[in-house]
Amino acid sequence: MKRFVGFVRKEFYHIFRDKRSLFILFGMPIAQILLFGFAITNEINNVDIAILDQANDVASKEVINKIAASKHFSIVDIIQQESSIESIFKKGKVKAVLQFENNFGNNLIKEKQANVQVLTDATDPNMASTISNYISSILKKYQQELNENISIDYQIIPQSRMVYNAELKSVYMFVPGVMTVILMLVSAMMTSISITREKEQGTMEILLVSPLKPFQVIIGKVFPYIFLSVINAVVIVLLSIFVFNVPVNGSLFLLGIESVLFIITSLALGILISTISATQQTAMMISLMGLMLPTILLSGFIFPISSMPLPLQVISNIIPAKWFIIIVKGIMLKGIGIGFVLKETLILLLMTLLFIGVSVKKYKIRLE
Amino acid sequence: MMKDNNVIQVENLSKLFGDFAAVNQISFQVKAGEIFGFLGANGAGKTTAMKMLIGISSPTSGKATVAGFDVYKETESIKKNIGYMSQKFALYDDLTVKENITFFGGIYGLSKKQIEHKRRELVEELGLQEVTNSLVASLPLGWKQKLAFSVSLLHEPKIVFLDEPTGGVDPITRRQFWEMIYKAAHNGTTIFVTTHYMDEAEYCDRVSIMVDGKIEALDTPKKLKEHYKTDTMNDVFLKLARG
Repeated sequence: MKRFVGFVRKEFYHIFRDKRSLFILFGMPIAQILLFGFAITNEINNVDIAILDQANDVASKEVINKIAASKHFSIVDIIQQESSIESIFKKGKVKAVLQFENNFGNNLIKEKQANVQVLTDATDPNMASTISNYISSILKKYQQELNENISIDYQIIPQSRMVYNAELKSVYMFVPGVMTVILMLVSAMMTSISITREKEQGTMEILLVSPLKPFQVIIGKVFPYIFLSVINAVVIVLLSIFVFNVPVNGSLFLLGIESVLFIITSLALGILISTISATQQTAMMISLMGLMLPTILLSGFIFPISSMPLPLQVISNIIPAKWFIIIVKGIMLKGIGIGFVLKETLILLLMTLLFIGVSVKKYKIRLE
Repeated sequence: MMKDNNVIQVENLSKLFGDFAAVNQISFQVKAGEIFGFLGANGAGKTTAMKMLIGISSPTSGKATVAGFDVYKETESIKKNIGYMSQKFALYDDLTVKENITFFGGIYGLSKKQIEHKRRELVEELGLQEVTNSLVASLPLGWKQKLAFSVSLLHEPKIVFLDEPTGGVDPITRRQFWEMIYKAAHNGTTIFVTTHYMDEAEYCDRVSIMVDGKIEALDTPKKLKEHYKTDTMNDVFLKLARG
């Protein structure tokens, strides 16, 4: 035990004296979560739009007020004729123009049908479709209110409700993903680098010749990273709760346990990588190409797995991150208990055992 | 049979990698307190043989004991009784002199008091008072190597294995290094050293020369030179290595 403490102390010296690893350990998680939370977002806020109101009646004014009241849009221009639409788009600031037809209000009441044209700048197609969705939902809401007051006819109004993430906040989607990527990065890459560093420096040999058993050396090396990864997980969850108001609907305890399991999976992967790479550079390349890319691209973090071609869907199953993201989303957003993520948990557990088993075997072969 | 004063006893020890015999039936003994030079060209099998003796590689066949312990079954006991310093410089660059001593003392199970005592002794002996709290990375190579050697002796091992300890250092430092080796041997530590420098072979009590996995010669430097009728160990080595 005393030896173990001495060993772990030494590992912490290594970590705290290496500015690069400190940055990766603590700078990255915070930077990533803030980046994903604030910058890379699918939501629209304060989009500049212009109005071309050819009706200029009570109904059109009401709609305009509703749009002006929404935090998603700010009306920056009122234009008078249709010919200005093109020039206003060309300037690039205004992303959408709302055109009310003549007699908008009259048509609505008398003919029960009125037209608004929503023109969007589709140079950014994602944004354009989001804007048009937002505007139609405002219009629909207005229409609903009218019908309530007058209650004359049966209109089929499509109602869609987004469950778990009613406001379609993208940060809800990114938090589980970023947490997964960070834990994978810190645990797998940092441990594989720190173990191969000992090999490269020749100190691993000295440790193996010492009375320490190989498994003691490995445990001593990975222990600090379990500790630091848990801190990272806590930081990420706190940031998401207090900065981005992402709820944790399920049990924090369960989330903690599952995170520790995933950390251990990643550490096992890190150890496995260190057994097959002789230098820190190789370890880093394997971690980045072999782990980070699939973790980001194939785990369902950014791109939905169900819309991938079949071969990629199959491959996604062997990526530990995929299962962990399902677990984290389930616990944080849906508030489900262990019963619903049992399958995913077991898969992670099996993967961990497999990685450890293969590492032990590889390690022995190397010693022969 | 093992004699009392033989700390290393090797009989027909072999290590095969597939069909290739890296070490082919070597036999030799090393006496307590002896400086034993283990020579050979690159690839002759020195490192493989040494790895079997220090317990990190399992022999294919043959018998060997180190400090009285069997290399097959008692590697843990062997590890406690030997020190090791490899050709790569092997202290932690990002730890201070003091932290390195504390760490290595710790993994050999020395108590805090013992470590403290050893550290004082060692720092004074090497004249490192000024730099105990400096990172090892900032020390000149010669100092690092002397420090590494002292660290390998921290737990007072019976035998210390040195794998090309003086690679890359200047002649003066090498000289000083050998003075430290003599001193350790004088205090009763057995020294098992591999080297490329043939002038260093002259400093050994006895040397063995390995060629292609076999020990081709084993005697005192003086007798070897007489036997091969040369003036230097270098010529002895060349005669043997070229067959």
